[in-house]
Amino acid sequence: MERIDAAAHTRGESQYLDDMPLPGEMLYASVFSSPVMHGKILSLHTEDAYSLQGVVAVLTSKDIPGENQVGPIIHDEELLASSEVCYVGQPVAIVVGTSPEIAMKGVKRIVMNVTELPAVTDPKEAFLQGKIIGAPRTFTLGDVDTVWQNCDFIVEGACDIGGQEHVYLETQRARAIPLEGKSLRIHSSTQSPNAVQRYAAKILGIPASSIEVDVKRLGGAFGGKEDQATPWACMAALAAWYTRKPVELVLRRADDIRMTGKRHPYKSDFKIGVTKEGKILAYEVKHYQNSGATADLSTAVLERTLFHSTNSYFIPNVRIFGVCCQTNLLSNTAFRGFGAPQGMFVMESAITKVSEKLGIPREEIQEKNLLKENDLFPYGQRARYCHIGDTWNKAAERYDLPKIRQDIEDYNQTHFETKKGFALMPVCFGISFTTTYMNQASALVHVYTDGSVSVSTGGVEMGQGLTTNLVIAAARAFGIEGHRIKIETTNTTRIANMSPSAASSTTVLNGNAMLRAILQILDRLKSLIIKELRVPDKDKITVVNEKVFYDGLETGWGWEQLVQTAYLNRIDLSAHGFFASPEIYFDKTKEKGHPFVYHVVGTAIIEVTLDCLRGTYDMSSVKIVHDPGRPLNEHVCRGQIEGGLAQGLGWMTMEDLRFNEKGQLLSGNLATYKVPDVYFMPDDIKIEFLENGKILGPYGSKAVGEPPLMYGIGVFFALRYAMLAFKPHKEFTFASPLTPERILLQLYSEYLNK
Amino acid sequence: MYPEIHFLLNDREIRISEHPAVLVLDYLRGSERLVGVKEGCREGDCGACTVLVGELSGEQVVYKPVTSCLMPVGELYGKHLVTIEGLNMPHLSPVQQAIVDEGATQCGFCTPGIVVSLTGYLMEDHQEITKEGVKKYLSGHLCRCTGYRSLKQSVDHFKKTLDNNKGIGFLVANKMIPAYFREIPARLRRIPEISMRKEENTPDFFIAGGTDIYLQKNELLPESRICVLNGQPEMKGVFKKNGYLHIGALTTFEEFAQHTGIIRIIPYIREYMFQIASLQIRNRATLGGNIINASPIGDMTILLLALESLLVFKDGERSRTVPITSFYKGYKQLDKTSTEILTEILIPEPVSGVLINFEKVSKRKCLDVASVNSAMKVRCEDGIIRDIGLAMGGVAPVPLFLKATCQHFLGKQVSGELIEDAFPIIQKEISPIGDVRGSACYKRLLARQLCIAHFTKIFPEKVKVRDFYGTH
Ligand SMILES: Cc1cc2nc3c(=O)[nH]c(=O)nc-3n(C[C@H](O)[C@H](O)[C@H](O)COP(=O)(O)OP(=O)(O)OC[C@H]3O[C@@H](n4cnc5c(N)ncnc54)[C@H](O)[C@@H]3O)c2cc1C
Ligand code: FES
Ligand code: FES
Repeated sequence: MERIDAAAHTRGESQYLDDMPLPGEMLYASVFSSPVMHGKILSLHTEDAYSLQGVVAVLTSKDIPGENQVGPIIHDEELLASSEVCYVGQPVAIVVGTSPEIAMKGVKRIVMNVTELPAVTDPKEAFLQGKIIGAPRTFTLGDVDTVWQNCDFIVEGACDIGGQEHVYLETQRARAIPLEGKSLRIHSSTQSPNAVQRYAAKILGIPASSIEVDVKRLGGAFGGKEDQATPWACMAALAAWYTRKPVELVLRRADDIRMTGKRHPYKSDFKIGVTKEGKILAYEVKHYQNSGATADLSTAVLERTLFHSTNSYFIPNVRIFGVCCQTNLLSNTAFRGFGAPQGMFVMESAITKVSEKLGIPREEIQEKNLLKENDLFPYGQRARYCHIGDTWNKAAERYDLPKIRQDIEDYNQTHFETKKGFALMPVCFGISFTTTYMNQASALVHVYTDGSVSVSTGGVEMGQGLTTNLVIAAARAFGIEGHRIKIETTNTTRIANMSPSAASSTTVLNGNAMLRAILQILDRLKSLIIKELRVPDKDKITVVNEKVFYDGLETGWGWEQLVQTAYLNRIDLSAHGFFASPEIYFDKTKEKGHPFVYHVVGTAIIEVTLDCLRGTYDMSSVKIVHDPGRPLNEHVCRGQIEGGLAQGLGWMTMEDLRFNEKGQLLSGNLATYKVPDVYFMPDDIKIEFLENGKILGPYGSKAVGEPPLMYGIGVFFALRYAMLAFKPHKEFTFASPLTPERILLQLYSEYLNK
Repeated sequence: MYPEIHFLLNDREIRISEHPAVLVLDYLRGSERLVGVKEGCREGDCGACTVLVGELSGEQVVYKPVTSCLMPVGELYGKHLVTIEGLNMPHLSPVQQAIVDEGATQCGFCTPGIVVSLTGYLMEDHQEITKEGVKKYLSGHLCRCTGYRSLKQSVDHFKKTLDNNKGIGFLVANKMIPAYFREIPARLRRIPEISMRKEENTPDFFIAGGTDIYLQKNELLPESRICVLNGQPEMKGVFKKNGYLHIGALTTFEEFAQHTGIIRIIPYIREYMFQIASLQIRNRATLGGNIINASPIGDMTILLLALESLLVFKDGERSRTVPITSFYKGYKQLDKTSTEILTEILIPEPVSGVLINFEKVSKRKCLDVASVNSAMKVRCEDGIIRDIGLAMGGVAPVPLFLKATCQHFLGKQVSGELIEDAFPIIQKEISPIGDVRGSACYKRLLARQLCIAHFTKIFPEKVKVRDFYGTH
């Protein structure tokens, strides 16, 4: 089946936030932000902005009627800086004007005097200065300290991992509309309507029930709108509160890149001990996360780094240390993978270094240490239905790994100027919010008397295909046709206290909540019909293809008749469903538990060609075996895999966030921050599914949003393979992204300044 | 009051009197509320704002995809502007259906622009629909969701029905685009020729393709007196005269690269173009704008420098010719007054045996600005270098002609040693600074690498990369 929204998308008829018809008297907001990394605000002059024709209001922290606070986990983040600024791009004031251009012009007229304070940008340096957020965390398994001596080889190394900008094509935006009395409706491009509601209420000092948040769809999010959509919505709300007019705030691309957080850069040190045969006995890693200026979701992101620090491998003795380091950079945030990619990158680097030192092929070490059923993760959960080995074997067989290896060796023998490389990348990613209480969802389902159905859930459609999956699941559950089902906007007045659409869990949680609502209605309908038909057994009633069956035989009743009869019999045709993932818990005092409902696994083989003269490269192919459970919709599932892969490849190669020494982002627009384009992505992408088992999603589908991103990590090691083919005796770093510049400088370090 | 702009928007005839510098994107989303056109960057880098612009060419209208975020409304006079809304029919078009069938849309924000571009591809007259063709039309579009495979795959869907298509007539007849397209040539012809008013005041800014100036002067333009140069057709086109190839300054990158006269002297120009901007930008960006913008890494500028072109300027009736090699005086300082207009670029007709190579290294291979780029023109007689022009970008405040290095090569036999000896000279001539496109030492290293690339590509039988690095 095609995606529900595809046709409207291709016609340009799908409405994004600012495509909605304009309310009269709309005003527009623009944001003044800190030009310095760290400083004390001495004075803020807004008069010149005010005097500009068309400027209606200039708002600062002083104008916030409630609490000036938007920090989601730790309350350390002001909406508008009041006395101190901690990074370049930190919002300080809002200018509201009759057009976006006027508001932006007003922003230019604001003058802020600051005394600059010392700033730090390096996470390890911040750590040494004691600038950390939350407490450091350590996961352990076995006893690394005593096992080192049993290892035949011990290798140590360091990784320097770059961040990543989300580049959702639709930038951050919100529109706030004053309603009667002291209440507001906010349209926000957010993954977390509940967070917008909660913080807007807090900022304005009113109850959450006075704020209605409504979300139709997002033009991409990838984690960047999980927490960081909130401030912009709150600013629009504040402006609307003051002016009593509708206010729209749309960040221009350059402002969005300059002011919003990104994937966390990490610096990590590893030590790994192996036997002669390449069996890993011990692994120790220390992760220094560059959290940026405020906590945001950093502590949760770090936690997932710890969970995934051993990726798809079983290592009996492990110590994983992680700490959130506070620096004077943008406040980093959720991004597809949520800390797992960094943890996995370090693991893969350690294995690579071992393989290079021992001269054992990388994939042999990887294969030898893959997780098996019932193996223990360092966080205490056992691997169950975790078919990583199956995906590995299927990939090796299906795509003929020996031939790939041989062809590449032959090519490199016969070519000098260009070299090829390949790498395998197994991924094992745990599904659920690692914060246990967030694993809940609710849904509201109405059946109207004409047989059409309205579904509201707490899930937000952002391209991941939620709407399509919900329609398929609802239609199957009711036994009716998909066109009868309408998925409503995500709205806080219909669904309270929703978790953000994140952690790849949206479809699973909301889909199950919806099914529970549907089952209630179906149950009522069945009770009715057995009375009407004078048959005994409710359980023998089924609805298939809009027809009612009893014990497999047609009853002559159709869906519409059933619904109408129910209405006339005063049967409730609405239901609220609630779902919480069973069986998950995590004890932070012991750092042990069962945090994941299940794991999504897969293996990718990535091939590249490196131009050794110019340092540039092409992705030759990516071949994947992925375990999707039973996908509800194959388009959606493949699309998520391919899109995630593209982001992973980009993260590892050209997505390069460069700051100058003043903490200003140099790659602050799409001319300088490059993401994969049609030519970068290989033409040869193959995806095979592993058919199997038992999972929790609606109708056995597994979550698919995040895991595929991590296939992209393989490209780093494929390129490294090619680099080593050109310069076999050189030491290369584990610094990402591996840009053409990094490659060339490393290949030819001896020619610098010649 | 601004002069009236009279044009067709989808199936409607429009007369507006907006400031000519207003962006087509803002006009469409703001005044017309045609919100299928999306804004993703306002810098020409994402393609979400793509529209088709149709112009009369003989009996026909030729459509090209362009980014509406860098185009002034002043330029719409007499043209047909097509947005996604103007391509919609009651049923889905082949492009729309292919994207639906392939699941090649997720969040959908990039999708309308992509549909517009691919429709532009189908509207072209071509022998065959190819995957490479589809990729070329997707080259200016960013999609952060799909990873592009499904988009590329759309080629299979319209290939069979559309190979050997006969252009717009065929598409209309088969209900692949709306019927109103048939009437467009006649309707455009009915729009009166623009009467060029003599400007009493000199303008503050000239706009050619707008692909540079809107990035730099975005805020000033709507408040300034501007002159839209593309209203001056005499500055377009390529012709031969007196031993020179004359290229109108308003010739776009794409027109330049497709011109047979140009292909004759720069045989691989279309391959180089693959690395330069995107189709939408190349349909707008002019050679003149590239030269006057004076970016040290302008790709066409570097090519024209290596070819030792001449620049012809006009100021009212006065005319002047300047060699491009002496045109750049310092960072964005030019041998040009503010009222002079570049009208033509003259490339000396090469003697036979001249070989040309262009190199560009950027973080992303396509639609990215170079870290370092370089062009070389060289002619040997009996193995001796008799003529050479070597230009390099990104290594100095100006697009650099490497005079001393050229001098070093002149009169000598091509050999590995000769090239090795050139490296210190190059390093002395260049003075790169570190920036977002690369550190200074990277650019220095690239200067060396690209010099090797030129010679090993042009003289593969004489020098090989291995000669320089084979020892380790
Ligand atoms: C997304 C994107 C990608 C790009 N990629 C590349 C690339 O890969 N390589 C590259 O080299 N460039 C690239 N560019 C830059 C740009 O496209 C070129 O520099 C282009 O040639 C500028 O031409 P234009 O006609 O658009 O100039 P405009 O923006 O119209 O003008 C530029 C300047 O030149 C002046 N000017 C223009 N024509 C004349 C004239 N005839 N006489 C006097 N003054 C004149 C204008 O007043 C203005 O100051 C890119 C730009 C964008 C937006
Ligand atoms: S808005 Fe991105 S190219 Fe125009
Ligand atoms: S579908 Fe989201 S950017 Fe292309």
